[in-house]
Amino acid sequence: MNSLEIPAEKSRLIEVTDFVLGFAEKFGFDKKELFQLKLCTEEIFVNVASYAYKPGTGMITVTADGSNDPLTVTLSFIDSGIPFDPLAKPDPEKNRSFSQAKKGGLGIFLTKKLMDEVSYMYQDGKNVLTIKKNHSNAESSHE
Amino acid sequence: MTITKTQEGTKLTVAIEGELNTNTAPELEKEFETCLDGITSLVIDAQKMEYISSAGLRALFGAAEVMQENGDMCVINSNDEVKNIFEVTGFVDIIDVK
Repeated sequence: MNSLEIPAEKSRLIEVTDFVLGFAEKFGFDKKELFQLKLCTEEIFVNVASYAYKPGTGMITVTADGSNDPLTVTLSFIDSGIPFDPLAKPDPEKNRSFSQAKKGGLGIFLTKKLMDEVSYMYQDGKNVLTIKKNHSNAESSHE
Repeated sequence: MTITKTQEGTKLTVAIEGELNTNTAPELEKEFETCLDGITSLVIDAQKMEYISSAGLRALFGAAEVMQENGDMCVINSNDEVKNIFEVTGFVDIIDVK
């Protein structure tokens, strides 16, 4: 397992997505799946950077684990901030107006849609959000 | 991210190159605050847009909200990965993606 501990600040976003992609690229994921992993990493990291330690700042730990058979990657995002279950929030409404669409909730909605598993737990004073992406053979031949 | 604007009469084409993410989306939002006055047709050219996150989607929703009053808006030339995000979020149901 690889891990990265970094201040949860938006300016550090690229370091986090580079860490995740650097790990996932070692496996056989296709371009679309790597895009989706990068996107979900941004959404989760930015949520933590924006809200977890408000009004202060703190650290986030990202762990990455994967296997080639079956081809899968699991990422966990761990912070010691305010207890918050992002999965408890209802999904945005389908036929929403532009102003509703601009509001929050889109990032975690995307994460739930694009990952195969998303889970949250609060353990030992820490928020732990874990996402899992499996390689899809159908998608890999789509390019 | 690089933003290139081309105006022909009241039609404005905004070409977005690179990554539209949490850190670059505010720049695009700022552009939209000033460049949409008098525009009746807004075209977002996504040919060179490599990536978009929810922050980028929100910036585009903001422009769509303004254009709803003044005219029309569409997104053209997006790559398969970006188009996938437009589809998953229902973006395609409220903004014309060609």
